[in-house]
Amino acid sequence: MRIELVKRPQRSALFSVLSPFIAFALTIVAGGIMFALLGVNPFSAFEIYFVEPISQLWQLHELAIKAAPLILIAVGLSVCYKANIWNIGAEGQFVFGAIFGSIIPVMFPGFEGPLVLPLMLLLGMLGGALYASIPALLKTRFSTNEILTSLMLVYVAQLFLDWMVRGPWRDPQGHGFPQTIQFGDWAVLPQLMPDDGRANWGFVFALVAAVAIWLMMSRMLKGFEVRVLGSSPRAGRFAGFGFNKMVFFCFLLSGALAGLAGISEVSGAIGQLQPVISPGYGFTAIIVAFLGRLNPLGIVAAGLVLALTYLGGEAVQSALGISDKVARVFQGMLLFFVLGCDTLIHYRIRLIGLALTKPNGAAKLDAAPKLEEAR
Amino acid sequence: MSANHDGANLLEVRGLTKIFGTLTACNHVDLNIAKGEIHALLGENGAGKSTLVKMLFGSLEPNSGEIFWDGKPVKITSPGVAKKLGIGMVFQHFSLFEALTAAENIALSLNDGSPIGTIAAKARALSYSYGLPLDPESLVGDLSVGERQRIEIIRCLLQTPQLIILDEPTSVLTPQEADKLFETLERLRAEGKSILYISHRLEEVKRICDRATVLRHGKVVGHCNPRQETAASLARMMVGNEVKAVVRAPAEGIETAPALLEIRGLTRKPATPFAIPLKNISLAVRAGEVIGIAGVAGNGQGEFFESVSGEVLQQDAGSVRIRGKDAGALSITGRRLMGAAFVPEERLGHGAAPRMKLSENLLLSRHATDGKAFVSGGMVKNASVYSAAQRIITAMDVRKSAPDPEAAALSGGNLQKFIVGRELDRRPSVMVVNQPTWGVDAGAAAHIRQALIELARSGSAVLVISQDLDELFELSDAIAVMHNGELSQPLPIAEATFEKIGLLMGGAEPGHAEHRMEVA
Repeated sequence: MRIELVKRPQRSALFSVLSPFIAFALTIVAGGIMFALLGVNPFSAFEIYFVEPISQLWQLHELAIKAAPLILIAVGLSVCYKANIWNIGAEGQFVFGAIFGSIIPVMFPGFEGPLVLPLMLLLGMLGGALYASIPALLKTRFSTNEILTSLMLVYVAQLFLDWMVRGPWRDPQGHGFPQTIQFGDWAVLPQLMPDDGRANWGFVFALVAAVAIWLMMSRMLKGFEVRVLGSSPRAGRFAGFGFNKMVFFCFLLSGALAGLAGISEVSGAIGQLQPVISPGYGFTAIIVAFLGRLNPLGIVAAGLVLALTYLGGEAVQSALGISDKVARVFQGMLLFFVLGCDTLIHYRIRLIGLALTKPNGAAKLDAAPKLEEAR
Repeated sequence: MSANHDGANLLEVRGLTKIFGTLTACNHVDLNIAKGEIHALLGENGAGKSTLVKMLFGSLEPNSGEIFWDGKPVKITSPGVAKKLGIGMVFQHFSLFEALTAAENIALSLNDGSPIGTIAAKARALSYSYGLPLDPESLVGDLSVGERQRIEIIRCLLQTPQLIILDEPTSVLTPQEADKLFETLERLRAEGKSILYISHRLEEVKRICDRATVLRHGKVVGHCNPRQETAASLARMMVGNEVKAVVRAPAEGIETAPALLEIRGLTRKPATPFAIPLKNISLAVRAGEVIGIAGVAGNGQGEFFESVSGEVLQQDAGSVRIRGKDAGALSITGRRLMGAAFVPEERLGHGAAPRMKLSENLLLSRHATDGKAFVSGGMVKNASVYSAAQRIITAMDVRKSAPDPEAAALSGGNLQKFIVGRELDRRPSVMVVNQPTWGVDAGAAAHIRQALIELARSGSAVLVISQDLDELFELSDAIAVMHNGELSQPLPIAEATFEKIGLLMGGAEPGHAEHRMEVA
């Protein structure tokens, strides 16, 4: 027997909207099975995973802290993916944004004042954009596959950060720990409502970015250009839109947003550079982008959901003693089911009987009546 | 195969139906093909001819209906099955590997393990015996379209088929090459083989076919003997009503009118090993005239269009001039801003983005030229784009199912009317169109041609590239011929004949062609 995907003549608008919810429900079912296999009551596990982490106000702040980088990165990626350009390296751009943004507080700790933070944020965006321009340059000059180059550059960035905090940028008074000095007061991203919880301005940046990109994609000529080049490149060339320019635009934009997320995370949530500054935000943001259907407003909701999987992972680890790798499993299942649902919106499955595909069986004329029965 | 009964039907099709989603491409089609006849399958583009043929050749599975071969019911589940039965097919779009030789291409499809030398020898013998000379050692990439078609035909004949299906075989041939093909087909008929001949060219159907089945909107609307019909009566059967003739008022004062589009010594190296280089092309299109460019497909028309439109830039800025100014270094947007408009050959994916609405497709080519009307401060003014799209839809009589449907939801003819209308709406002073009515039904084609003539008569320069000679003779004030990347001098329409143009299409020297005509 053979399974074939047959293109549907029309896509169901209803299921296009429903598919993230169906994917989420399927993830819950599969996750329940996983918890049961781990010997935990799925219902109490789900309560600890999905409900308890957001039952108090300060916990909502934690959710916002986790969601901010996811949303910032994912809205940038959504523009790339709409243009059919595959930036998989946001994690590396995040790291380089953090490194560039940290130049001021680490190398010039004596420089203080209200200019410090805006400069750090701008440098962070510059760092992310510069790092993202490498795969863009390789793609436009040498036609390299941007999926591979951007992904491989993630590991370069991570190792570079590791070397920086162990070598040139290590805090001399840090008792040999691999980390930079603590950022000065002017270099810390302020908290939004310090009385209630830790959430910082990074979440506001994320919301502003989401609305701005939504406006660009749905109302502006630039968004139209992205969509045309993504859906039919030749028609885009006929329209006079340059593909190479678009590659740079997408990489620089998504790189800058990832860089902004990186410096916001370091300046707001961590307060210094250390060997690992991200629990894989740059990769999880890919899931966020697709779960949000590449729509910036949908991405805000999806970012909150994925942020919850991080918090839930920590919660089940402390309450039930289950590895926090559970969070990765949930994220993976979610992406799998989202993509699965999307595929079934575009295609239907057809099973083809064994008899029909046998090269000789079908060819013989007198086999025809038997074939009829076999159906 | 079972015993031959003279005059019996080789193939019989009863109630064959194929449904794609909501479209019934073939609706209870009946068709009988006798042994030793050339049977025409007539119909406009989109009538269901290709769908029917694909079911006969096993590349599509029918939803219902029966096929009888030599009187026995058969299921043709794959092209392999069709070949074993004795059905061979020559496709309109060839499936040949350009980097391989003719013999290697043939060996690939025969797939019976015989050594390449044997195949080459067989192919050579067969090709000469049918008057289709072919060198099996030559690389496909070096061959003309007509020669490539020969490979397809020889490849098909090597499998000794009883029924040969030819899909629009002459659309890529010069008139002289077509004559040669007809001789071969008559030979095959004399040998008792059957041929299913798909075409919308009525004159050739009248000339070589014994019987015809006419399809319209997926249904059989009639069987006839084409020799007893006139081209007009066949057209009526195909279209369902009379087609309005295109009126071309004589152009006046063209000689003194300024040239709005000038091509001066345009040369282009091939971008890929199989692209056609353009060789020193020069042409001037004056205000008020339509110039046609004839030529067999794949002789550089696509490369020429890209160069003129600015999708590909020229090194010499003076090689393309629009309204008296150099445009060779300008992008397509820059050339549009100078007053030029372009309609490419491919509708879906080139002239229009399939998954975008018509209003968005309007923006595609006019975001810069109508920047003030459609865009302000980077924001698209959706309301004015929408109303402009509706204006074009009304002016060109575009039939659609929703107020602003996706381009892919329209039929080919209606989408083409929209794409041409999108450019006409700007009143461009230079209009360059590649294949204005390819795959468009007769009614819509007449509408588009009339609109192009009227644009020219209102003072614009119109350049039409087409492989359809009838169309060019209907439209043009002068016809030039593109052959192997070179362009002949335009012949004024009063001096042009099918034969002269045909000789140029086949690569004859312009002077030589003239001379022969005078002698004849």
